[in-house]
Parts: sequence; C-alpha cells; structure tokens
Amino acid sequence: MDVKHFLRNLSESSGVSGYEQNITEQISTACTWADDMRRDKLGNLIMLKRGEGTKPKKKIMLAAHMDEIGLIITKVEKGGFLRFGTIGGFDQRVLLGQEVIVHGKTPSLGIIGAKPPHVQAHGEQNKAVKLEDLFIDLGYDTKEDAEKLVRIGDLVTLKREVIDLQSSLLAGKAFDDRAGVAAIFECFQILSTLHHEVDVYGVATVQEEVGLRGAVTSTYGIVPDLGIAIDVSFGDQPDLRESETIKLGNGPGIAIGPHVHPKVYDRMVKTAKEWNIKYSLDPSPSPGGTDAYAIQVVQAGVATILLSVPLRYMHTSIETIDYDDVKSTGKLMAMFIAGLNNEFVEGLTCF
Amino acid sequence: MKETIRQLTEAFGPSGYETEVTSLIKTMITDFVDEIKTDVLGNLIAIKKGASNGHKIMFAAHTDEIGVVVTHIDKEGFLRFATVGGVGISTLVGNRVRFPNGIIGVIYHEKADWKDLKIDKLYIDIGAESKEEAMEQVKIGEFGIFHREFCDLGNRLIAKSMDDRVGCAVLVEAIKKIKEPRNALYFVFTTQEEVGLRGARTAAYDLEPDLGIAVDVTITGDMPEARRMEVSLGKGAAIKVKDSSLIVHPKVKQILMDLAEKNKIPYQMEVLEFGGTDAGAIHLTRSGVPSGAISIPTRYVHSPSEMIDIRDVEASVDLVVALANKELNELN
Amino acid sequence: MLLAQLTEVNGAPGQEGEVRNLIREQIEPFVDEIKTDALGNLIAIKNPRAIGPKVMLAAHMDEVALMIVGIKNNGMLEFRPIGGIDPRVLVAKTVIVGKKKINGVIGAKPIHLQRPDEREKALSIQELYIDMGVKDKEEAKRLVSLGEIAYFTTKYEEFGEGKVKAKALDDRVGCALAIRLLQEDLSFPLIAAFTVQEEVGLRGAGVATYQIKPDLALILEGTTASDVPGTDEHKHATSLGKGPAITFMDRAVITHPPLVKELFALANEKNIPVQARRNTAGGTDAGQIQLTESGTKVAVIAVPCRYIHSPASVMSKKDYDGAYELIKHYLRCLEEREDFQ
Repeated sequence: MDVKHFLRNLSESSGVSGYEQNITEQISTACTWADDMRRDKLGNLIMLKRGEGTKPKKKIMLAAHMDEIGLIITKVEKGGFLRFGTIGGFDQRVLLGQEVIVHGKTPSLGIIGAKPPHVQAHGEQNKAVKLEDLFIDLGYDTKEDAEKLVRIGDLVTLKREVIDLQSSLLAGKAFDDRAGVAAIFECFQILSTLHHEVDVYGVATVQEEVGLRGAVTSTYGIVPDLGIAIDVSFGDQPDLRESETIKLGNGPGIAIGPHVHPKVYDRMVKTAKEWNIKYSLDPSPSPGGTDAYAIQVVQAGVATILLSVPLRYMHTSIETIDYDDVKSTGKLMAMFIAGLNNEFVEGLTCF
Repeated sequence: MKETIRQLTEAFGPSGYETEVTSLIKTMITDFVDEIKTDVLGNLIAIKKGASNGHKIMFAAHTDEIGVVVTHIDKEGFLRFATVGGVGISTLVGNRVRFPNGIIGVIYHEKADWKDLKIDKLYIDIGAESKEEAMEQVKIGEFGIFHREFCDLGNRLIAKSMDDRVGCAVLVEAIKKIKEPRNALYFVFTTQEEVGLRGARTAAYDLEPDLGIAVDVTITGDMPEARRMEVSLGKGAAIKVKDSSLIVHPKVKQILMDLAEKNKIPYQMEVLEFGGTDAGAIHLTRSGVPSGAISIPTRYVHSPSEMIDIRDVEASVDLVVALANKELNELN
Repeated sequence: MLLAQLTEVNGAPGQEGEVRNLIREQIEPFVDEIKTDALGNLIAIKNPRAIGPKVMLAAHMDEVALMIVGIKNNGMLEFRPIGGIDPRVLVAKTVIVGKKKINGVIGAKPIHLQRPDEREKALSIQELYIDMGVKDKEEAKRLVSLGEIAYFTTKYEEFGEGKVKAKALDDRVGCALAIRLLQEDLSFPLIAAFTVQEEVGLRGAGVATYQIKPDLALILEGTTASDVPGTDEHKHATSLGKGPAITFMDRAVITHPPLVKELFALANEKNIPVQARRNTAGGTDAGQIQLTESGTKVAVIAVPCRYIHSPASVMSKKDYDGAYELIKHYLRCLEEREDFQ
C-alpha cells in the first residue's frame, strides 16, 4: 500500500480530540495487516499483529495519536457570526484569515475574520488579534439562519490540502501526529516481511492534545512490556536554537530523558547503527507532552521510548515534514522489533 | 428541595474534611437505597441495584467546598492561612470564616495596594488577644470554610458552596424519585474535587462503571459585561460538551440531549474553557469510561454567595432520573 | 556514614543507578525480598507473608540536576535543568559531567566587563554554559554525549550546632530514614519503596504503589525550610531544629486526617519535638500514592532543609533523628493495634 498517499488522506480529514471517529474508520479500513482489531471505550484503535514466539508472548505497543487540535463554537452572534474557543494549543496569531470547516448539521465552509486594518485604532495593528476577537463568517446573514446549521459545542477544523514542497517535503495540517500513524504503517509493512517473536500492538490514540488521555486508557487495556510512542518534534527552523530542534531529513529523533528506558534507548541506537538508519539525539529534560509520558506510569510501569518525526511550524495548518523521515522511523521500529526476544524484554525490569 | 439545598449548603466540608456533609447525606438517603458505604478517601457511595441486565452508571457530585487552612498563629493571636481549592483573592477581604468547632473569624489585609494583594498579606482575626488564646481555639493545620447563610429569593437561591452541594441535592432528590431503575446506579458523593478531582478517581477505579456522569455547577455569562459564556440561569440543565478535564464522549452527549428533548426537559449546551469536574477523573479510569456531565448554571462560582435557579435544579433532577431508566445499549 | 554516602552519589530523574546500588547494598541484610520494576523503583520487602497491616515507606532516590542538550562550536555545553532549579544558584559552581565524570565549571562574564545594569539582572539558563576546558566541539563530543547529566559536586560536611551541609538532602535524607527503619524488628509486612523520578512529576511512586498495594503509606521527605533572614515568620514553612515536619496539605495531597492526628499525639506522648509544615506549596510522592487504585491512607514526615534544589542544602541532625524516632514508635504502635485489619 502507498502509505504516503494514506497520510495525505489522513491529514486532510477531520478528527479533533474526542471526535476521532472519522480518522479511526480510515485507519481501520487501510489496516490490512492486523490479526485483530478493536476500539476501546475512549475510541483508541488497537491493531494487533501476533508474533511467532512461544507463549506467554511479550507485548510491545506502538502509539501515535490520531487527534488534531481544533476549534469549538461557543456563541452564535447577531448576523450569524460564530465565536469559538480552542481544543488543544493554538497560537491565536495563526488563525486570522484561515479557511475552516464548521462541523454542524452538515460540514460547511467558514472564514476566520476580524476587524479590517482600515477601521482599527492607531497602534492596534502592532498587536496580535486576540482569540476572543476572532470570529467565523459562515456567509449567512442572520443568527437564525446560522443556528439552523450550527449549535454551541459544534467543532471546527482548519481546511487545508497537503502540498508538496521541494524534494520529499510535505506541508499540511495534523501531521502532528498522523505522521506518527503513518510511521506505524510503514513499520508494519516492513515487519510483515520479517519474523518477530513479540506481539505487536499498533495503537492510534485519541485525545493526546488535551492531555495524553487516550494513551492512559489504551495502555491500561493492553498492559504492554514495552511501549514506543511516535510523535513529532520541533524541526530545524531559523528562529529556533539548534539545541531545541532536530533536523528534517536526518531520520527520527531518539529521545533521551526520564521517560526513556536506558536499555531500550541503547538497543534502539544500536539498531539504527546496525541498519544504517540516520537518527538525531533528542535530549528531553522535561519529559511531559507526548504519549510516552502517559504510557510509562500505567499500572506497574512500562519501559518506554519516544521516537520523533522532525516537523516545522507545529500546531499550524502548514506543518512541514520530510516523508523520508516517516519511512526511516518505520524502518527503525521494524528492525528493532524483529530483533527483540523474551530475554531482552524480561531484563527491562532488572536495574 | 429548597430545604435540602439549605441544609447541605450550610454544612461544613472543606476538601479532605467532608464528614459532616457525607453524614448528613447519609441520613437523607439511607431509606431509599439498597446499599451504602464509604471508602479510604471518604467518598460516600450509595447503590440502587436496578435490573440485572442494566448498565452500571456512576453519578458523582462532590461534597467538598473551597476554604482555608491555618498555617501560622502569631504573637497577637492573628492567624495566617493558605487557601484550599481555587479561592479568588477578591472574595476574601472582609469575608468571614468558620472552623469546625464553630469559631468564627474575619479576614482582613495588611496595608497594601489592592493590585498587589497576595494571600500572605491577609490574616484571620478570631478575636483572640494572644497566641495562647488563639491556640486554644484553632491549631495550625485547621481547615475552615467561608461563613455565609442560605437565602431564598424565590426562583433564585444564594448560598455558599452551591458548588457542589446543589449537585448533591440533585442526586439526593433523584435517589428519592427513582423507583425501580433499569440500570445499576452508583451515586457517589465524592471528596476532594476542588483540589484535583481526587475522590472520584479512586471511587471510579473501585466501581468500574460503564458510564460516568458528574453533576456539578458551571458558570454563566448572563451578568453585566460578563465573560463570554452561553449558559444562563433559568434556561435549564446544562449538558456539558467540554471543559479542561474532559471532552464529553460524543455518544454520551447525544444520549443526554435526546433524553432532554424526548422528556421536554429544558436544557442548554455548555462549553467551558477552563475548570474541570469529577467526570474528568472518571473517564480516564482503567481502560476508560465514557463520561459526561450535567451542570447546574451558577453565578459567582467560588464566591461565598453562589446563585442558582431552582428550575434548573429541577430540570437536572429530571435528566438524572431519565438517564437512570434509559436502556443504554449504544454504549456497548 | 550513611547520609554522607547517600548524598555524595548521583542520581538524576531516570538515572538513579548509583543511588539504587548503594541502597541495595545497605538494605540487603535486613529484608526478605528486593525487586526493581520497569522504571527502576527499588522495592524492599520485609516479612512478606506476615499477618497485619501492609505498611509502605516511600522515599525518592532522584535529585535535581542538569541535562546536556547542546554542544557549542567552542566546546562549551548548553544545559537545562531536570527538575526545578532556580538558575540564579548555578553561576560559578563546579559540576561533574556525564558518564566519564569530567570536571566542569559553570561560567559567566567577569564583573569588570558587565554593564552596571547587567549585574542587577538574573542570568537565564540560556545564558549559562559548562566549561570542561576543551578546545573545540570535537573534543567535547569525545567526552560527553547529548542527554548526559551534570551534577553538583558538594561534599557532605557537618558544621555549626548539629547541622549538616550536603547536596540532594531532598530526598536522600528520606532514603536514609527508610534504610534505618528497615532494620527494625517488626511483625507485620513492611515495604520500602525507593522511588524514581519524583522531581519530574511524582512519576515512580504510583507505579510502585500499584505493585505494593499498601494499607498505609508513610512518605519520608526533605522539605523546604525558610527560617532565614528576610522571611516573615508566617512564611517559614518549617524551621530547623524544631523536629520533623508533618504535612496536612500541599499541592498534591491532603494527608489522611486521622493518621496526622495520631502522629502528633504520639510525638506528644513520646516527647519528640514535631512541627506542622506551615505551607501548602510543593508536592510529594504522597499525591500519587494516595490516589493509586482504590486509594491509600497517607502521611508525610519530612526533615526541614534550607536551600533545597541548590548545590548546598542544610539540615539539622536533631530533626533527622527525631523523624527516625517518631516513625519507629509509630511502627511499634501499629503492632499493638487490633483494629487495623
């Protein structure tokens, strides 16, 4: 299957935290490799590929979140304009002038507007437009007309088609973290040509952007021996320090920090070297902010690691990645998993 | 109903010290439930068994209220304190506190601009003339609440700790009304919500419900120049869409909306951009619990004079009762 | 001496190996079982099959430290705190860097070349760097890899009137207490959890509690004392020399009221000076332990420490011994109680 094409479709689909149904359906349709598939009570999609080892088999969980940040309607104003709040961390400055899809009775186009510069007070143009001053214009003329379509609590996503940049770079929305989901698919594509002992659970998690929520419950349901979270990390861009970023095109970032098990880290680095897969070291003194943080402390604790696809302009509608990094992330995981045996996994609780 | 609210709001129950409230609730409901118990964190759990094939619903209303805790007693007998839960500094000066043994004190401030008034510039005066006298009445680590009586204004009621004794009152009334429910009902009067949804977390772990519903207050936007919020007093029970702790499960939201429509229960939609409820803790328990919340619109939340409308309370009771009797196969 | 040894080994959150090995060595003769888990918590069990309350002691092994996050072209190291550190305490300190234990110093511009207004401003963490004395980036990379840790090099010393100066008293003093208490001869199951990653969000404690399932947990800590000039008395939180501090509430927990009451009463009965922790800021492992599974009864007993999360913290041996006495008596009382089951 063409995973790159699959990622394009995922990126262009809507699935705000808590409302991932649509993304789940696409992923489960595309998932041809699973021996078993289920959704848990919060909507996490759990795809199992069984290993060939003897029972009891060890369990490894790969987690990437499928939700995206979005907007939510808080008020319908006179004239049919919509006020909104956010779900997940939006920079209010990137919203002005965006085209959006309002998911009311039927999905409808809207434009995020604000007072035009001509009528602004002197000095106002130097300030960012505040979230509470932005609104969505649905093209209706009255509140009553708008209310036929939209009600308070309806969701809004950004409207953006994926575009190709030079070489293998792509720009679009929600690559955070559907690029991670694509990396899981790349991994399984390779893994199906290899032998592996352990049971592998690919999980598309929900509600990461509002607090790593899906990872908490899905891990509880699986009880893995080892967890790999795949997320995105800040790519190199001119306005960031080198030490805060990892380079696009240089393969996945391998995190190092409290949320990364030292033995899993060593093994991952060794695997990358062995198979000539490029990677960047990604030191993380503050470990929160990805599913790895949640997976690690479920029940009696899980040995975890975090791999990151480098991504520029995070949480905007022009998130930019290098597809080659998605492929190499998938390959690294596949090689890592193929090399796992029970003895290594059992050793993860021995310090 | 009003009398239940009065009794509950006048009880003493800062976070961690809710026993007076849970005991009171126990006397109100014991005759109407099949089983009643408490757990390590002090949650009061009342069970109505329901039909054997029903779903297990956990309803949660928290018994704790915001308050203060004494951190220091000075030579002259003045008390210094920290806050318990989210207490706004603007609600404190001139306000009165009450300690468990009935001791009353008044809060005032050192000389300072209102702008840089911080909690450590405030003190409590219990009328003691020396450290020794003060220490006979309170000790360091003593928890207190804001002292304010219940007022009946007609449809509207004012009291301290409407957050969330009005939620408790909704469940108490519902317990009395529900006769033979289709579902197995676990009414949990939770502790320590105001300090981080703590009681609900351990209770939900223990109960493993199929559905979690918090009954709590929410803010309104119907006052002069208020923060934007499309919830108003008197327009019905609020069905939550989200807050900072929870995105309501889409199916749960739909179930509540359908029930309200079908039973002609007045309701409004609630999108809260901050704050949390017990449902936030419940839905992350074990491998996840679909959860939602029924909110009672409340003005001046976390002040000593929280205002609600009795019609919204009645609508909330009706919604709880309707849910208790609904077949919930769509949750499977 | 136990506390000296414990504070002079290093253990950043997630890298507690040195501390864990030392503790394991110390407790092996006194316990029945020792195990570790996927996060590196060290769990020691005494009397696993005995009848009676299952009591957990918890102390965290990790300390705040600095993580190397970048190497500049001139070989200087960029770092970020792992756990909460006030950047103002870092300037002009010596550190030991990475697995190879390379000496380094945290440099800053000399006073002579600073503009007067610069001296008034606190240095931010981005302006600081570690100098190992290397020529260039290549040489630095041979010595240190990204993600490695730099530690303070403070020696343990006793000084003044019964005072101790050391790094990482938060929470090696708790570890030391737990080690001493494990030597008690008791009839019920006593389990000590030496936890990891407290400083980055109480990460290890919940996981440990899930495995232990205790009836009761005592959390042993080093806590803030601000009984110093410039602090009003009502902001001291705790004071050195006035005995162990008992927490009623902090950001993460409201401790179990009956348990707190018992501890105060016992201290009174045994004539052990004890103080209430008079502040509600900060949080400890108790927060996670209380909320694990269906809930746990918890209390926090802490030794007051000045200047925690800095290169040199100070405590009083009297408080340390007082904490030991109080907990020892409490454990003995538990033996005599029949209502515990």
